[in-house]
Amino acid sequence: MSTELSALYQEMILDHNKRPRNFHGMPAANHHADGYNPLCGDKVTIYLDLDGDVVRDISFEGSGCAISKASASMMTEAIKGRTLAQVESLFSTFHDLVTGRSGGAAEPAALGKLVVFSGVREFPVRVKCATLAWHTLRAALQNQRQPASTE
Amino acid sequence: MKTAARPKSPTASDFDVRAIRRDFPILHQQVHGRPLVYLDNAATTQKPRAVIETMSRFYEHDNSNIHRGLHELSMRATGAYEQVRERVRRFINAAEDREILFVRGTTEAINLVANSYGRRHVGAGDEVLITQMEHHSNIVPWQLLCEEKGARLRVAPISDDGEILLDEMERLMGPKTKLLSMVHVSNAMGTINPVKRIVEIAHRRGIPVLLDGAQAAAHVRLDVQDLGCDFYSISAHKLYGPTGTGVLYGKAALLDAMPPYQGGGDMISTVTFEKTLFNKLPHKFEAGTPNIAGVIGMGAAIDYLEEIGLEKAAAYEHELLEYATDAVSKVPGLRIVGTAREKATVLSFVLEGIHPHDIGTILDQEGIAVRAGHHCTQPLMERFGVPATARASVAFYNTREEIDALVAGIHKVLQVLG
Repeated sequence: MSTELSALYQEMILDHNKRPRNFHGMPAANHHADGYNPLCGDKVTIYLDLDGDVVRDISFEGSGCAISKASASMMTEAIKGRTLAQVESLFSTFHDLVTGRSGGAAEPAALGKLVVFSGVREFPVRVKCATLAWHTLRAALQNQRQPASTE
Repeated sequence: MKTAARPKSPTASDFDVRAIRRDFPILHQQVHGRPLVYLDNAATTQKPRAVIETMSRFYEHDNSNIHRGLHELSMRATGAYEQVRERVRRFINAAEDREILFVRGTTEAINLVANSYGRRHVGAGDEVLITQMEHHSNIVPWQLLCEEKGARLRVAPISDDGEILLDEMERLMGPKTKLLSMVHVSNAMGTINPVKRIVEIAHRRGIPVLLDGAQAAAHVRLDVQDLGCDFYSISAHKLYGPTGTGVLYGKAALLDAMPPYQGGGDMISTVTFEKTLFNKLPHKFEAGTPNIAGVIGMGAAIDYLEEIGLEKAAAYEHELLEYATDAVSKVPGLRIVGTAREKATVLSFVLEGIHPHDIGTILDQEGIAVRAGHHCTQPLMERFGVPATARASVAFYNTREEIDALVAGIHKVLQVLG
């Protein structure tokens, strides 16, 4: 496998693609939103149980490529228990990581496991796959009626 | 599975693909360190040197505006542009040159018919009939028209193999049906529709027919008089020609009676602020300076294709498609979407548990260009219960070795993601 390819499809990403975590609906959700990537047809729904400004629980449903599914799965793990300010900051750091804006220098420790998505920056057309769940999360926090879009 | 090329036509063994490949400069390059395997021909075809050089020559020697200059260059440009009209007429066997309108492509051709013919003939309560396998460009213009007019868009269903259900389609043709607009060869599945028969059925009910020939023109011998269709649309860039150029064929009597689509220069005979007299066909529908170099490039593409022999190319492509179909069918977990008896160029597939986008990315790393997505046919994807497919589409410059590379690439996908 080429170096770029093995950097994109890292073990952890493949694992989350095969066995997505928090992959179910949530009847008790107090926030939710749909996300859609018109380019490839990826669809995701994010459910949130917010307690004040803390994410008490989060889950997702939908269909998509390995990158988008793993990203949604790992996002749910990363933000459970975080405050809204922490979530916003993490999204921003993650976005910089996958778009290559962080310059490939030492990745911020705040990302934790999410650094496995660093390979995405070599595949500009796949950035939207990695960020769809995050855009949808933001829409859910704002209780948007319109599906979130990567466009 | 048969292509439209008749059995008597030359076989693939007559075909010197190595020589053909030398005519296409773009094919000889490495992508991600591998030889390029270009299997995205349904999206756009590559251009032979003859087309590239014809267009360069036009810009280097003859470039000028057409239909207005009295000077030498303008006359040369006008001559070259109008010659292509005659070339296209022969290519599709239209009755007259003035039935050939130059447009930007298939999308504009359909929009022209929807806006001109459609707005005049489709009213409240009327119906426009399309099929379940249409490209968005043959759905949305009719939705816009129906919304504006209070008309209804009806959709003829297809079988699990991706074939039109003729009886169902016939049942949807009623006194309110003002137009049938459908694809000749499906871009997402490769189905060759029995359009001649469908035109006959529609005409028995007095329903005119527009055929979307975007995928057909390069792979199926066209004879619009034999098909009997009222309108036919072509995109040059899927015919080894340049982007931004295409053709709308229309029967002269229909086009004559239709109002202009766009206003501007060239489409008028006299203009005063009180009243404008429109130019005659075909100029009535060609407002503004057209894509002159594009049209001339399209002419060169048709010449090139005819020199090779469209039937010969189609027979070769058909063998290649069968070879590819057999080869990928052996891949575990692979399902072909679109298994019609008559197919051309397209092999659409899904892999169990693997998203087409991942297939596209991994194949690209192997130098293999395929399309992964919904192919601008979202309702069709819904019909098959898939969000998207991976689509390999062959042209006459592809080889069996390239199909082998595709199959090896698919195994690579399974190895990475399976």
